Amino acid sequence: MTSFAQFGNDLYTGKRSIDFVGRQKTWYAISGVILVLALVGIFARGLNLGLEFRGGSELRVSGVSTTQGYEAKAKDALGGLNQGADVVVTKLGSDSVRVQTEKLSDTQTEDARANLAKAFGVDENKISASFIGASWGASVSQKAITALIWFLVLVALTMALYFRTWKMSAAGLIALVHDLVITVGIYALFGFEITPASMIGFLTILGYSLYDTVVVFDKVRENTGQAVANGRMSYSQAANRAVNQTLVRSINTSVVALLPVAAILVIGSVLLGPGVLVDLSLALFVGIAAGTYSSIFIATPLLADLREREPAMKDLAKRAKRYQAARTRDEARAEEAGEADASATAGDETAGSHREPAAAGAGRASRPVHPYVSGGPRNQPKRPPKSKR
Amino acid sequence: MAINPRNRKPLRTLAALAVLIVGLYGLLAAVVTWGSAQWTPKLGLDLEGGTQLILKPVITNGGSISQDQINQAVDIMRQRVDSTGVSEAEVTTQGGSNVVVSLPGTPDKATIDSLKRSSQLRFRAVLVEAAGAPQPTPTSTGTATAPSGTPSATPSSGSKATAPAGTATTSAKSAFPPALSQDTTPTPTPSATGTTGSTGTTGTKPKDASDLAWITPDIEKQFTALNCSDKAVEAKLATLVDDPAKPLVTCSQDRTAKYILGPAEVVGTDIADATSGFQTTQQGAQTNQVEIQLKFDSNGTKKFGDVTSRLVSLPQPRNQFAIVLDSQVLSAPVTQSAITAGTASITGNFTEASAKTLADQLKFGALPMSFTPQTEEQVSPTLGTDQLQKGLLAGLIGLLLVVIYSLFQYRALGFVTVASLVIASLLTYVTVALLGWSHGFRLTLAGVTGLIVSIGITADSFIVFFERVRDEVREGRLLRQAVETGWARARRTILVADGVNMLAAMVLYILATSNVRGFAFTLMLTTIIDVAVVFLFTHPIVAILANTKFFGEGHKWSGFDPERLGAKQPLYAGRGRVTIAARRAAEESAQS
Repeated sequence: MTSFAQFGNDLYTGKRSIDFVGRQKTWYAISGVILVLALVGIFARGLNLGLEFRGGSELRVSGVSTTQGYEAKAKDALGGLNQGADVVVTKLGSDSVRVQTEKLSDTQTEDARANLAKAFGVDENKISASFIGASWGASVSQKAITALIWFLVLVALTMALYFRTWKMSAAGLIALVHDLVITVGIYALFGFEITPASMIGFLTILGYSLYDTVVVFDKVRENTGQAVANGRMSYSQAANRAVNQTLVRSINTSVVALLPVAAILVIGSVLLGPGVLVDLSLALFVGIAAGTYSSIFIATPLLADLREREPAMKDLAKRAKRYQAARTRDEARAEEAGEADASATAGDETAGSHREPAAAGAGRASRPVHPYVSGGPRNQPKRPPKSKR
Repeated sequence: MAINPRNRKPLRTLAALAVLIVGLYGLLAAVVTWGSAQWTPKLGLDLEGGTQLILKPVITNGGSISQDQINQAVDIMRQRVDSTGVSEAEVTTQGGSNVVVSLPGTPDKATIDSLKRSSQLRFRAVLVEAAGAPQPTPTSTGTATAPSGTPSATPSSGSKATAPAGTATTSAKSAFPPALSQDTTPTPTPSATGTTGSTGTTGTKPKDASDLAWITPDIEKQFTALNCSDKAVEAKLATLVDDPAKPLVTCSQDRTAKYILGPAEVVGTDIADATSGFQTTQQGAQTNQVEIQLKFDSNGTKKFGDVTSRLVSLPQPRNQFAIVLDSQVLSAPVTQSAITAGTASITGNFTEASAKTLADQLKFGALPMSFTPQTEEQVSPTLGTDQLQKGLLAGLIGLLLVVIYSLFQYRALGFVTVASLVIASLLTYVTVALLGWSHGFRLTLAGVTGLIVSIGITADSFIVFFERVRDEVREGRLLRQAVETGWARARRTILVADGVNMLAAMVLYILATSNVRGFAFTLMLTTIIDVAVVFLFTHPIVAILANTKFFGEGHKWSGFDPERLGAKQPLYAGRGRVTIAARRAAEESAQS
């Protein structure tokens, strides 16, 4: 606990800094591998679409006392209704059985309910029946895609307006697509069923992923604004500092967001089996985790990469390099000179309020200078020598 | 005790929040006591049990569906559901074109069939009219057997038995039967040739739609057996097959009259337009007589002209023209003249509202709209309750974990998080309950999940705030100042992040389908509540706490201990004082 707070402090002051932005190639490679896996999953294995997308009938028997031989029981119960039809029987939780078949007519459904009730020895009103037309899923996914496109356009505009740069929008959206592909890929790889509820989950990830990115970017904007003003850090360094400073928040936020989702996921899958609760929370769980990862490892480095190409930012990088070189020189000099009286000066050093990139040992340096002064000597109007006047 | 002047503003904000909460609960209490609300939120069908049908309107002759037509479809559905006597059924639209019918319990086949049925508007000539309730004199069994005993060849005998009863009661039923007349007649009607007066009804085959030969003993029997005021009639009418080529035995929509009607002659698609309004005289002055104006297309004009020319000379009730929607007679106006100009006016004792309804029905009922079920879902109530219980249990555990985690991370400040979450849930509960009352909002399983998920998202804004304040403390600020500067920065972040979330929820809500909507709606709701709680509760309470000794001086367990947050710098706090961190550091060094 103490170490975590300390960790936060160190990250904040820059004493400890994880190089998120500088090692972007590593993160890109990791994400690249995951994305390739996800895409292979999506295209090679295909998605396991739920009944809602295929169309068919579903019957659920709840409150089953003994689930022994449930599959045979259920198949027998439905045997007379549609010969040769493939009946999928799944056990849900500890006391429920789900039977999925091709579409049954109304009378068949009634018969099926009666038969199942008899076979499992439960009351008929403990059996729910639903029939879903295949067009239903199609219209749901079509709507979802329309919603997705609208959302992307609106969000890109909002972010571009708020941050005053399209590059933040672009980085945010790439991170978003990244999260979405990973989540869907995990569904494909593990063969989780995609139902309308998981579609809702996917759409919610959009909001969450961006929420997280926006919070980090807000800090990035603040820090890079300072950096541009005082020229002490390059854009990447300032952005990296922002990620580090928001890291504790990111971790806390993700944990807090994941805890309730995990609770639903665990309770839902142990006690209920596949259903709205589980489908939704599974998608959210994967998506929130991916969203946190991407806002730290993908969105910010991408943004830095994009911005560093600007001439102004290249300029800033040069200025920062010059400044930092001067700082290390100063420090080295101070080290030599101040060895003796170091203990005397250490007590009243003012280190906290400044954000030096190389903060380790910063306390030993001479008094921090005002950014105005640090810019170097002012250009004074030069008077020509007397002889030239 | 005097109030610390620094606490005045935050206290005022807190008071406003208290007023808001008390007000909302007061409103809920009021509508529970005097209105139709209930204390608990309304539950969706997936939780309460019942059947949900999603019906897609299909227009047989192609073409797209306008919003007006969808609204009309919803009205038609509502009438159908109501006619089957299902209480608390709910009909809504979804995604712009689908109609969602939610029925508590398990509906019988007849109900579902009646919902799937196509909606057809037809005009049929009235053959026999009678009061909706059975007449006391001829007992139903007696008249039912008598005509069937007679050989079928003589239809006139059968009709005589009932016709007088019909005419006798018509006048009793309504003093002003609606009248059908030529609308704003520009040309004198040239009474389309003399074909109508062509006598004899003796032939076994009916000559025209008004021929009483349509009334076979079988129909006779149906007619006498029909009791429109009976409860059971609803189910019967719902399953009635409306074959346009055959006569129809049915009730009027208000159940005050029953009819034997001839085969359909004019159909809904023949109507070009229908409007309602006050009748104007020849001079253009407005009267206070409400009328419905009908406009037929060319095909309809001809057919309607033929029919009215025939009807106008017939005796009551056969001069009436029944407008039938979904096998029920909406209105049966008396033909006052042959109408060949293609525009007709129906007058009667309509109110403005009832005239508008009828006009809409005429206009949109013209659409041969039928419905194909897209999904049909039956949820047993036990399953729903089970899911809800497990879901709430999961929510509770999730909440508990969040509380433990935030106490762990933020020490005493974690209690602020807990309190904020409690306030947020109080607000959420009351809004959901109130929305259930005012807008029929029902909490579905997806909605419950949305609420649980929002715990995390709500807690996030506190984390953003607290972390910002900590950052400021790390910078060496006094907590009181740190809260304000941290808040100013966090506020912006919270607003924009919530704005993005809101945008997502709104897009989902507008574009998505029904069960997605419930979820999107709860997301929107909780996002708004999140902002309200952060602004009205979390920030002021932290501001007040910052003035206390425990927090303001950075107690070890306050979550704002400057030392633990790495603020080594002694900050001059004015009047020769320095901050606690420095003092403590000095104390420690003195001890050692």
